[in-house]
Amino acid sequence: MSKLKLATVWLDGCSGCHMSFLDMDERLIELAELVDVVYSPIVDTKEFPAEVDIALVEGAVASVDDEKKIKKIRAHSKMLIAIGDCAVAGNVPSMRNPIGPEAILNRAYIENATAQQQIPCVVVPKLLRVVRPIHEFVNVDVFLPGCPPSADTFHTALTALLTGAPLDIPALTRFGA
Amino acid sequence: MNIEELEQIAKAVRLENAKYDHEVNVCMDLACLSQHADRLKDALTTAIAASGKNVLIRKTGCMGPCSSGPLVRVDPEETLYRHVDASHAEAIVASLGGEPVPGLQCDLNEHFELQTRVVLENAGYIDPEKIDDYIARDGYQALLMVLTDMTPNGVIHRVAESGLRGRGGGGYPTGLKWGTVAKASGNLKYVVCNGDEGDPGAFMDRSVMEGDPHRVIEGMAIAAYAVGASKGFIYVRAEYPTAVARLTAALRDARRHGLLGNNICNTPFNFDVEIRLGAGAFVCGEETALIASIEGRRGTPKPRPPYPAVSGLWGKPTLINNVETYANIAPILRKESKWFSSMGSERSKGTKVFALTGKITHTGLVEVPMGIKLREIIEVIGGGVPGGHTFKAVQTGGPSGGCIPAEMLDLGVSYDALVKVGSIMGSGGMIVMDDTSCMVNVARFFVEFCMTESCGKCIPCRAGTAQMFTLLTRICNGTGTMDDLDLLVELCGTIKETSLCGLGQTAPNPVLSTLKYFKNEYIEHIVHKRCPAGVCNMEATVPAVPMEVSA
Amino acid sequence: MTTDADVKTLVIDEQEVSARAGQTILEVARENDIDIPTLCHLEGLSDVGACRLCLVEIKGSNKLLPACVATVQEGMEVSTNTDRLRKHRHAILELLFAERNHICSVCVSNGHCELQALAQEQGLTHVRLPYRNPELTVDASHERYTVDHNRCILCTRCVRVCAEIEGAHVWDVMGRGINSIVITDLNEPWGSSSCTRCGKCVQCCPTGALFDKSKVGDDHPKYPDFLPYLNLMREAQ
Repeated sequence: MSKLKLATVWLDGCSGCHMSFLDMDERLIELAELVDVVYSPIVDTKEFPAEVDIALVEGAVASVDDEKKIKKIRAHSKMLIAIGDCAVAGNVPSMRNPIGPEAILNRAYIENATAQQQIPCVVVPKLLRVVRPIHEFVNVDVFLPGCPPSADTFHTALTALLTGAPLDIPALTRFGA
Repeated sequence: MNIEELEQIAKAVRLENAKYDHEVNVCMDLACLSQHADRLKDALTTAIAASGKNVLIRKTGCMGPCSSGPLVRVDPEETLYRHVDASHAEAIVASLGGEPVPGLQCDLNEHFELQTRVVLENAGYIDPEKIDDYIARDGYQALLMVLTDMTPNGVIHRVAESGLRGRGGGGYPTGLKWGTVAKASGNLKYVVCNGDEGDPGAFMDRSVMEGDPHRVIEGMAIAAYAVGASKGFIYVRAEYPTAVARLTAALRDARRHGLLGNNICNTPFNFDVEIRLGAGAFVCGEETALIASIEGRRGTPKPRPPYPAVSGLWGKPTLINNVETYANIAPILRKESKWFSSMGSERSKGTKVFALTGKITHTGLVEVPMGIKLREIIEVIGGGVPGGHTFKAVQTGGPSGGCIPAEMLDLGVSYDALVKVGSIMGSGGMIVMDDTSCMVNVARFFVEFCMTESCGKCIPCRAGTAQMFTLLTRICNGTGTMDDLDLLVELCGTIKETSLCGLGQTAPNPVLSTLKYFKNEYIEHIVHKRCPAGVCNMEATVPAVPMEVSA
Repeated sequence: MTTDADVKTLVIDEQEVSARAGQTILEVARENDIDIPTLCHLEGLSDVGACRLCLVEIKGSNKLLPACVATVQEGMEVSTNTDRLRKHRHAILELLFAERNHICSVCVSNGHCELQALAQEQGLTHVRLPYRNPELTVDASHERYTVDHNRCILCTRCVRVCAEIEGAHVWDVMGRGINSIVITDLNEPWGSSSCTRCGKCVQCCPTGALFDKSKVGDDHPKYPDFLPYLNLMREAQ
């Protein structure tokens, strides 16, 4: 049997979900029997592959770049899993929503900067006015809340999804877990 | 005060009025007043004095066709003049006794022919600040008759027999409600008149309170006698200063005439009424919120049971009826109860006052027998849609009601028929819409109203109306998706079934009824990003913020 | 009438139970270990029927009744956990999460929050409604406590405990609809209000809206169970 293609994506989040994913430790080796990691911040692929079986997405959608990425990911993935509160609910990145992106940029690059008080104008993508969870942009198949979901949660959920075993997510994790 | 004394007052007023050759009645209701009916009345008074003619001039309540105002009616000829201003005063006075002033007559025979005036029988004929005018038109006869000839049970029986149902919107049988309060234990009971009319486009209760305030007081006194209450409250919104002033004056006059107070009509019956002002919250029209507000607390509803009939004001049994319901009581008791039940349909008796507004030729106040076809109200009484536009829908029941499309115009107006088509009778607002109205936008308007008027106590209404508003706004500005529409429908179901009071439970109605009859307009907005009526701005998308924002 | 007539028998979730006349459906259900979710209800305070999570179905009626205020009737058949109820509870929780800024991960009550726990219990893994993200304030003017309006669900437990148990009535609700907000006195800062510093409101708050400053960054469990005991001792006096 050919292995399933797994991608992991990092949008606007702290990478904690990826750390938690890596915290599966030796169980990652078991997992590697079942899947090939074809795209991820921890592998060297630059382009999102044309066909992915499972995409794990960490982070909220905060910029036009994120929006483009999530639409591309959805188009090329059979199953899309929102991992962590940022992807599921906006979480910490969405805390800027009540005060708006201008205030955030000013605080970060002007008020708190001791030298070079300038807002960068190249490379960094345009910010959306409000940060949204990914399901506001694309259909999401599975939601895995938590900040971050624990390594055990990852292991149980992924094993169930890969083997077709029943999966009771609320029993594993919750918002803020 | 007894019946004989009442008759004497009536006779004296009639004799006094008979001394005049003509009566000039000037409508001083809000719509006419806003077009300077007061200046017109001054000019008419001056012109009459200058002419030396023997003419009585009188200010009256609403005559009906507000859009033709200011209105003046000359009696006994019953000549109605429209759009009168001070410059016409001399011509009108000069014409008295001769031919009417050409070009100024209001030719609205059709408008009046289909109407039956019960609640509004005095509006336009009496000076609302003169109790004697009311008495001269059989006012307070019913109260004195009831106090001297009938038992409380007899009164309740008569009201039940008439088939009168609550005119505030719910349509609960009035006799049944009175019976429940009468049977409730305790010797301290209250009657409350709900004058917190707040639906957009509704002004029936205001016109009754302003045009014929004694009628409401008489109805309340009869109700108090029937249920065994000695204290009444009229809850009026503070946005109706004229109604408050006229009711205050009416209460004072009624007390002076011994029609309120202790031992009314030399019977052991004591009753007095106090006015309480609402502070501008729509939700205070809901009876439990109204009670909280009268008690001096924050106007929020509470779960029923217990119903106010058992535990209302300060925990005492309380009868709450709407202004128009009380206004129906005196004629029901003065006349045969069969007279009342002969009007209307099977389960909706009598008449109903509607405030006709929106895209219609004759906006104003109309009173029609129940069972009349919507088409007759809109096309004949209202004179149809003006400006060559076509009729699209009529909204009844205000923010709690629904939109009824053109193909259902042959529907007979009754409580049950309106519910069947997804709307409600409501308190009587009727807003007509034509092809320039976007139904999604209309739904959004009413949802916004409910959102700002929600008291905030229960979650489905507080947060749910705000979410409905967000989703409808998305659809209106072209960013909505079919998923949003599904979510909206689901949300409507939850808000309807789980909200604490009527405000929340009915808040989704404008959305559900427009979805039922005008779903294509929603689809047009979502799929084709097009507003068929050309109302919604589809380019209202928010741009992304580049990093180089100014510091 | 004998006292026997004051005992009602009814069925809750196919379980036959008995109750005193005047007891609420919620009381009887909890006595029999039948769980009905609540947020505004707190044993020891008056009930307002505001959160609508405790709505139950009664056989023969299409209307849903709030179990916290609806009293038991002889022969009543109550269902507390039907598909219809679960769907509505789900929707109500979604409405709450989307209404203000409930960022569990950085909340002082993370792990001790009734809203968070209820979401998990009801199987809520995400909120389909758009987050409103309103701009709300945090009032830290009090020397011991803080109110964070971002986390408030307007259950009014603080209002009730302050008025009914402490007798101070410092808390109340200002504004209406979606703009409602709990205030101290006539919208004075909490620190300069007539607060008696008893802390009952903090213990009763189901979320992280009211919290003790000394517990920040620490575990912040709350103990509202003192209320029924306090009431009992007061009655005994």
